[in-house]
Amino acid sequence: MFTYYFRLGLRSLRRNMVLTVLTIAAIAVGIGACMTALTVFRAMSGDPIPQKSSQLFAPQIDNWGPDKHNGGAPDRLEPQLSYTDVLGLMKAHAANRQAGMFRARLPLQPGDPKQKPAKVMVRATFTDFFPMFDVPFKFGGPWSASDDESHAAVAVITKEMNDKLFGGANSVGKTIRLGNEPYTVSGVLDDWQLLPRFYDLEVRPFSDGDAVFLPFTHAIEKQMVGIGSTSCNGDVDPGWEGRLRSDCLWLQFWAELRTETDVQNYRAFLNNYAAEQQRLGRFHWPPHTQLRDVKQWLQYRNIVPSEVRILILVSFGFLLVCLMNAMGLMLAKIMGRAGDIGVRRALGASRGAIFLQCLIETGVVGLAGGLFGLLLTALGLWAARSLLSKEFVALAHLDWADTGIAVLLAVSATVLAGLYPTWRAAHVQPAWQLKAQ
Amino acid sequence: MEVRPILSAMRRNKFGAFLIATQMAVTLAFLANALTLVEQRMAWSGRPTGIDEADIFVMQSEMVDHPDDLPARLARDLDALRALPGVVDAYATNMYPLEGGGWIETVNLTADQKTPTANTAHYMGDEHALHTMGLTLIAGRNFSAAEVANRTDNDVPPTSGYIVTKALAAKLFPNGDALGKSIFVETSKPVPITGIVDRLEGPMSVATGLFSTFAENSVLSPYRLIGDTNVYMVRAQPGRRDAVLKSAEAKLFALDGNRILRSRSMQQVRADAYRGDHGLIVLLTSICLALLIVTAFGIVGLTSYWVAQRRQQIGIRRALGATRQAIVRYFQTENFMIAAVGAAVGIAFAIALNLWMVHSFEMVRMDNSRALVGAFIILLLGQFAVLWPALRAASIPPALATRGG
Repeated sequence: MFTYYFRLGLRSLRRNMVLTVLTIAAIAVGIGACMTALTVFRAMSGDPIPQKSSQLFAPQIDNWGPDKHNGGAPDRLEPQLSYTDVLGLMKAHAANRQAGMFRARLPLQPGDPKQKPAKVMVRATFTDFFPMFDVPFKFGGPWSASDDESHAAVAVITKEMNDKLFGGANSVGKTIRLGNEPYTVSGVLDDWQLLPRFYDLEVRPFSDGDAVFLPFTHAIEKQMVGIGSTSCNGDVDPGWEGRLRSDCLWLQFWAELRTETDVQNYRAFLNNYAAEQQRLGRFHWPPHTQLRDVKQWLQYRNIVPSEVRILILVSFGFLLVCLMNAMGLMLAKIMGRAGDIGVRRALGASRGAIFLQCLIETGVVGLAGGLFGLLLTALGLWAARSLLSKEFVALAHLDWADTGIAVLLAVSATVLAGLYPTWRAAHVQPAWQLKAQ
Repeated sequence: MEVRPILSAMRRNKFGAFLIATQMAVTLAFLANALTLVEQRMAWSGRPTGIDEADIFVMQSEMVDHPDDLPARLARDLDALRALPGVVDAYATNMYPLEGGGWIETVNLTADQKTPTANTAHYMGDEHALHTMGLTLIAGRNFSAAEVANRTDNDVPPTSGYIVTKALAAKLFPNGDALGKSIFVETSKPVPITGIVDRLEGPMSVATGLFSTFAENSVLSPYRLIGDTNVYMVRAQPGRRDAVLKSAEAKLFALDGNRILRSRSMQQVRADAYRGDHGLIVLLTSICLALLIVTAFGIVGLTSYWVAQRRQQIGIRRALGATRQAIVRYFQTENFMIAAVGAAVGIAFAIALNLWMVHSFEMVRMDNSRALVGAFIILLLGQFAVLWPALRAASIPPALATRGG
């Protein structure tokens, strides 16, 4: 039965080629535009660490006071922490795992003296960073907690860095030179990509990943300047010491909290910490703190550009117009066949049978539209990549889920749009049609 | 033209007419809003930075081996750059317009102010800065060589004066008497405004959000920023920029090869900064064009179907003496009536959509005349799209009526 309707559908599609092609084209163009925007949006707003995103938390502490936040978030909290507070949180050790961190940029001296030095992105952090974010290792592992305490000159490098410097060989125990300083490699990462790189949103979250990881304590000792954003408020004493003592915000901090109780306890701990700072005379205001997990953090920091949201909206509007168009064309096509339908009805076909047949026909149109739409999506993503920014290179690619969404969207939307024409077809009066013939 | 027969014919094709009108309304709503956005982004990315962009390039130099004579090296680099043939002037800055990020400060008028009076970009430069950038001083004076001091990120020696942009001066002192008044920028010490320049944009290039609200506020302080990374701005003689850029790179490497150097012309900086805005313009324009094409084909498709349905009636009308023009006019009037309803609904929809987008996205308020422009385009599109099926209808021979079905 189904195959018979399918063949009937194909035949009727062939009979009115112009209308069929127009309908399929309308659906394909709409699906293409929509899927392009949706794919980019999905990639940008995805969960970078799904297995753990509800256990990783970024705390915020108001160390400027309620009057001082200018143009910040509506909750009058800043996204980063000061050195004093990160040190306080690290010392308290109140979470299962915790790591303060910042990004620096250092020149890397190649082993070959003929090559020019190049800048690499460096993340200064604590050893908990690696197990906390489930970072995979190819060789070796993280540095030890005692390396953190002794400000050791050790490094973890990415697989790409290891390929470049050591030709992919096991480089654990070997030395790399960064900013004139030798570092012993303690581990080499395996492939690891977070999109977006949620742990530091002050630097481009979709490109330029960290290439080398060093102990935070060592970076502070070597006076590495953070790149990203540094916000200060009021006078800062001169010198490196002055910066460390200041309330300048330039550090990120993440804590792993496994259970709901841990989270509650940590919230209480943060408030106690701020209250303690108030008692010590550092804060002149009641505690104002916040704790957000990865998804809440990405939402709060609003990392999807408004351009992408606008494009999504516009392309869904476009799909709507394309579907209305397809609906009109299908109506024209089906009503153009009222005579045939009348004959079939007179020969004993039930309303349900006619309805099913037309529905299958629209399904075929939707499927064809969806497949062509996928082609257009690939084209659209290529255009978005070359037009918008280099950040999209990492992002915008079609995966199986996107393909599934596109085909499903096309078929269901087309069938939905075809419901009214189909219903009209099923209500063709056989007697009236036969009389007209 | 008789409207009554059109109306009664349309009553038999209610749903088709409704589809076309709705399609037109939705098309119009998105068209008008996209037009608004494209206009805004074009205006935004077309704004001048205030500096002589055609002849300027920037060089970012990073020393690799942490030398301890950084101020001397900076002076040597600058002397060498200024002495190069083809160079008009050069200076060391902390950032440059359209860089994408940089030094942003708040400005206060009193020492213990709670809410800042303004936000501003904070440029640093010596007595060559204005000449290098090609800025016009509209009041006050330039920095003198004696005023310029070395500083690092947060070792800030006291200073004798700032140069501010006209926009910042007007924001701080609306009465127009900014020159000579003192302001608090980085420190709790007041510093007088000693000069005002016409225009210098900040380093941020994002069209929406906080930074876009003070894009023209800039303050220039008489400092040379000392650090491993230096940014040099170099202005070449007209037409010699690219050649000078190459010789400048060679010269700096010859002075000290152990550095990382990255140079970009301001034209390149501008292209990089506004890539996203230009992408949005191109994408929105193509979507709008596709939207118009799809709507036009929808009209062609449905009208053709109506023509096919009414072949016999058209034949009868022709046999009863209606001219070909009358038939064409019939379909054009019919389409105009549908389009007019669609346009009216569309204008309301466009305004509603815009208000909603302003509320939930960072969207600009639409000028209502854009909705009228959209309505005009839609009406015109309908007339064009209906022409082909209408002409086909007009070519139906009157003899058809006599043949019967």
